[in-house]
Amino acid sequence: MEYIVIIIGAILVNNIVLAQFLGICPFVGVSNKISTSVGMGGAVLFVMTIATIVTWLIQMYVLRPFGIGFMQTIAYILVIASLVQMVEIILKKVSPALYQALGVFLPLITTNCAVLGVAILAVQNDFNLLESVVFALANAGGFTLAMLLFAGIREHLDLMEVPSLMRGVPIALVAAGILALAFMGFTGIV
Amino acid sequence: MNQMQNFTKGFIKENPVFVMLLGLCPALGVTTSAFNGLGMGLATTFVLVMSNLVVSLIKNFIPDKVRIPSFIVIIASFVTIVELVMQGFLPALFEQLGLFIPLIVVNCLVLGRAEAFASKKSLPVAIVDGLGMGLGFAFALTVLGGVREILGSGAIFDIDLMPGDFMLVFVLAPGAFIGLGYLVAISRKLNK
Repeated sequence: MEYIVIIIGAILVNNIVLAQFLGICPFVGVSNKISTSVGMGGAVLFVMTIATIVTWLIQMYVLRPFGIGFMQTIAYILVIASLVQMVEIILKKVSPALYQALGVFLPLITTNCAVLGVAILAVQNDFNLLESVVFALANAGGFTLAMLLFAGIREHLDLMEVPSLMRGVPIALVAAGILALAFMGFTGIV
Repeated sequence: MNQMQNFTKGFIKENPVFVMLLGLCPALGVTTSAFNGLGMGLATTFVLVMSNLVVSLIKNFIPDKVRIPSFIVIIASFVTIVELVMQGFLPALFEQLGLFIPLIVVNCLVLGRAEAFASKKSLPVAIVDGLGMGLGFAFALTVLGGVREILGSGAIFDIDLMPGDFMLVFVLAPGAFIGLGYLVAISRKLNK
């Protein structure tokens, strides 16, 4: 039951992009087409889950026992940066097809605040390892859902007649606001 | 470009938020009031100036291949300093900004200035650039926070301007997106 609460909470109620404002850069930057949104979502799903597992282990077995919790930010960002590099190298060797699909998005993920944010949130919420994994998967799902919905809206927006000053990013942000308004309807279901 | 232009470019012409669209996560996430926006902006300014300073000082010693990880460690150290100082002296603001303080580390603005500017320029130019860009960021966050606070609760910096009911939606998540969308359009008009 608590896993269902975590999943619904992360995807619908506290959507990582539309309610918590994490991962806005890729949300605005690469959501022009549905196909690129799917690629970015896949890459985030991959990295976010692995990063959350590794940072959780580091928090429990290195930072807490030695009482160096203040090193959290530095340790986490180093882990994520090297992890992204490692995933890139391994993927290139093991699965060239997957690398082809996700490759261009991987370097962008190091500075995607959603990955670091979810890793910190999982520890702050005192989740155990399995709950952290579910939490990371659900947040990545929420990210992909928001990207997909938004890419669909933007593909239509390109065909609309918009005042020249509002064209592009401004009208996209207003549309994102209305999408966020729709997601507020889920408030209170968990 | 003289130092004065270097300093002022961050406010309107190359504003990090309204024009370059960098650092949007904190810009949307913490600007529920003008004060929160200002606090976040000044914290980022400190990190930006200090990391520009250090990067500019040691740029000749860092091997090219490991420069990005080195920049990240430098930035993360200053973010940790901000985190601990704010927790100690401004606990109320620290509560409000929450997760977004450690996330200064992944603010594309900070890493972007280190990589594109400070690692190539001399010390004084890099410091002025960090100060200008940081204060431009703080300016943008304060404006967005102010607009949301006025429309959402009829107050600015916690001072009530008018009584009555307001558009609560501007203090909530959707208002951040809509407010920023219109501010980007206005800054386009100003830069024309």
